Amino acid sequence: MSGRAAYTEYHPRWLRRRPSTYWWLERRAYLSFITRELSSIFIAWFVVYLLLFVRAVSLGHARYLEFVVWSRHPVVMVLNVVTLFFVVYHAVTWFNLAPKAMVVHVRGKRLPASLISASNYGAWVVATAFLLWLVLGG
Amino acid sequence: MVRRSLEPVLWLLFSAGGVVSALVLPILVLLLGVAFPLGWLDPPNYEHLSAVLLHPITRLALFGICVVSLFHAAHRFRFTLYDGLQIKHLNEMIALFCYGGAIVLSLWAGYLLLSLR
Repeated sequence: MSGRAAYTEYHPRWLRRRPSTYWWLERRAYLSFITRELSSIFIAWFVVYLLLFVRAVSLGHARYLEFVVWSRHPVVMVLNVVTLFFVVYHAVTWFNLAPKAMVVHVRGKRLPASLISASNYGAWVVATAFLLWLVLGG
Repeated sequence: MVRRSLEPVLWLLFSAGGVVSALVLPILVLLLGVAFPLGWLDPPNYEHLSAVLLHPITRLALFGICVVSLFHAAHRFRFTLYDGLQIKHLNEMIALFCYGGAIVLSLWAGYLLLSLR
């Protein structure tokens, strides 16, 4: 403040104070909001990991085995365990919000929120079962 | 600032990516990132993986999953920086970094999945 001239006793207070950079630590709801937002970083990381996996498989058996060894590196493994947490957190928060985002009317009546959540979770189960079958080889 | 007319497209990609990544990523992370490396499950054999990945439908699906998930992540991360760190004055740079990253990685995904053999 040393460089500021024109400071008077009656200097008006600013209307809005700038919130702390750590405002999201103040309440649980804020923390869960920022956790959900940070899932974006881990989604981006996993897309890169998935593409590296695809590339390794396409480059032949030896390169695939190299990828498997790399994927067991402690840093990569810890990162992927954290990624699993964030990706599941994203999925659960996304499906729980779905009834608020999707307003479906059937014959003039709004479908209950529970039905929309349930159909989203149902789709999740189906997609998961299909991918398990596809990756593990039927 | 991103042009106003682009915003609905970005929100659409965000939603599409949100749904797709919620449906398919948890099981893929569990298998490829955790269960196989930790030895909870034996990884599938190479011939099977190679056959599945070379199939045109798999490639197309993977391309779609990657692109929408990347734009979802870019959009969300843009607002994480915007709200979380309150660096609104860097809006243009943040948008360039986030969507630029998503575009570069999408191009890489496209190239990779097209050139599989």
